[in-house]
Amino acid sequence: MTSAPEIEIVTPMRSDEETLAALRRGDERVFVELVEQHQTLMLRVASRYVRNQAVAEEVVQETWLGVLKGLRNFEGRASLKTWIFRILTNRAITRAEREGRAVPFSSVGDTGPDEPAVDPDRFRPEGDRWPGGWKCFPDPLPEDRLLERETLAVIDSAIAELPDRQHLVISMRDIEGWSADEVCQALQISEANQRVLLHRARSKVRRCLEAYLDPAPALT
Amino acid sequence: MSSTRTITCRELTEVLTDYLEGVMPVEDRVRFEAHLAICDGCVTYVTQMRQTIEAARALHPAHVEATAPDDLLDAFRAWQRGEPVPEP
Repeated sequence: MTSAPEIEIVTPMRSDEETLAALRRGDERVFVELVEQHQTLMLRVASRYVRNQAVAEEVVQETWLGVLKGLRNFEGRASLKTWIFRILTNRAITRAEREGRAVPFSSVGDTGPDEPAVDPDRFRPEGDRWPGGWKCFPDPLPEDRLLERETLAVIDSAIAELPDRQHLVISMRDIEGWSADEVCQALQISEANQRVLLHRARSKVRRCLEAYLDPAPALT
Repeated sequence: MSSTRTITCRELTEVLTDYLEGVMPVEDRVRFEAHLAICDGCVTYVTQMRQTIEAARALHPAHVEATAPDDLLDAFRAWQRGEPVPEP
């Protein structure tokens, strides 16, 4: 009996070393792929700093020029991707400050006002037999509707409406699949801040998802 | 969370991200998991959060429509020839 042929993977992930070597060789195709791979998220990030789509596009363009400038000296201590985004956020901050705009991540440790993950009314009050316990258990979300187009649209708009910092962190972590460490490096924030922002963002998106899929969770 | 008390449902919803991120101190994690063992409501809540994360992941664009603009390609070619990269 012959074994089944190996399935060839169509889009192999190139390692940073391979990408860098190809770029330094002047491989245009690899450069184009790199741009295409990051352009959308770069624009999304830049536009949360500068607010104006045209300026955001300029910031992205400037970032790529900065990448080319620094490429030969890039030592690979950070990943290529976080290095690129670090250049992007530096450019975006400079640009936003020049225009007198408040920058989302300007003050260290600032994560915005405290807000509960779940509406406090859904828990039993102090003095109850079980203070802080659910008044009524949440319902499981219907698995079969979770990935429906309409449901994803609800999540997409919930994420779009988040405050800038929460929006960026959840986009990079949950949509793009970046690690906590990569997000901290790219956005120049502490691990603790990253976690608080992720927590608020995910909690809010969960609330929207539950409100959409289970419109009347009982309160009593 | 005090060290003597058990965690409440409300507290659990506030520390869930620490738990999922794997940064919760071991004592708190024990309390967290002990609570889950006896509370179906919180088990459902944790499941809802995992479902939320899973659905957000599904928003990842399957293919990217972005293209590299021509002037970037020009800059790359110039860079490759050893010419200075234009100042932004």
